[in-house]
Amino acid sequence: MKARVHVMLKTGVLDPQGEAVRHALGALGFEGVEGVRQGKVIELDLAEGTSKGTVEQMCEKLLANTVIERFDIEIG
Amino acid sequence: MHAAVITFPGSNCDRDLAVAFENAGAKVTRVWHKDTSLPDGIDIVGIPGGFSFGDYLRCGAIAANSPICQSVVDFANKGGYAVGICNGFQVLTETGLLPGALMRNAGLKFICKSVGLSVETTDSPYTAGYAQGQEITVPVAHHDGNYTADADVIARLNGDARVAFRYADNPNGSDEAIAGILSANKRVLGMMPHPERCVDEAHGGTDGTALFRSLVDQLVTA
Repeated sequence: MKARVHVMLKTGVLDPQGEAVRHALGALGFEGVEGVRQGKVIELDLAEGTSKGTVEQMCEKLLANTVIERFDIEIG
Repeated sequence: MHAAVITFPGSNCDRDLAVAFENAGAKVTRVWHKDTSLPDGIDIVGIPGGFSFGDYLRCGAIAANSPICQSVVDFANKGGYAVGICNGFQVLTETGLLPGALMRNAGLKFICKSVGLSVETTDSPYTAGYAQGQEITVPVAHHDGNYTADADVIARLNGDARVAFRYADNPNGSDEAIAGILSANKRVLGMMPHPERCVDEAHGGTDGTALFRSLVDQLVTA
C-alpha cells in the first residue's frame, strides 16, 4: 500500500520561497497570482495493513515539524 | 570542565567547536552520532554547525532523531548543559529542547558574513562573561536561520530573559531579530552565529572567547 503525505507551512507562517515563486510568475507575465505556498509531498511504500495512525505518528515524529508545518495524509 | 562534541555526517564545525572548548581550558571528548550514550562525567554537550545529513527533509531533523540525540535530550532533561550552534541550534529546536523553528532566510540567500549581536542577558553561564547590552561581532553562515515562534513563545522568551543574543541588523528575518535563545533553566543555548569562529586573533576577531571562558569558569565552580 502507498501513502502520500503533504506537508505545508501552517497558515500565518510566512513562506519566503512561495513569495519568491509568486514574484517569478509575475515577472513571466502571469497576472493575478495572489499567493503561492510551497510545500512537499512524501510518498511512502508501506506494508499492507499499516494504519493511518502509524503514518500520523511518522508525521508527528519526523516528516513534519508541527511547530511550523501541518500535514495531510492520503492512503492508497 | 569536560565537554562532549558530537559529529554527524555533514557536520563541519565540530573540530572548531572542540578547539574552542579546549582553548578555554576544557577537556573534550568527541562523540559519533551512532553512539548511544554520552561519555560519563561530562558537564556539557556541544552540537556543532554544518549540514547534518545533508539538510535532508529539514535542517537538523534527521540528526535530532539519531541515537546520540536521545541521550542529549535525556541529559538536558536531567539538568545537563547543551549548546547548539547554527545547525546545532536547528537540531535543538527539532528535538524540542528549545522552542520555535529556524526557517529559510527571509531573503532566500545563504548569508556568510560577520554580524553585530547585542548580548541580551548576562544571566546564563554562556553570557556571564559579557556586559549587558554589549555589542559583539560574530560570523554567521546559514541558509535557514530565520527564527520563528508563535507570539506566546516569543513573549515567554522576552519575559524570562531567555533571549541570549539579538542581531543588531536583522540579516535573516528572525522574529524580533532573535539570534540565540536559552532554555527555561538557562542551561541549553541555541544560536545561529558561530562564536567558535571568533576565538583566535587569526580568525579576525575574538568576541566568542568570553562565551567559552565563562562556560568553563561557571561549570568548574558549579
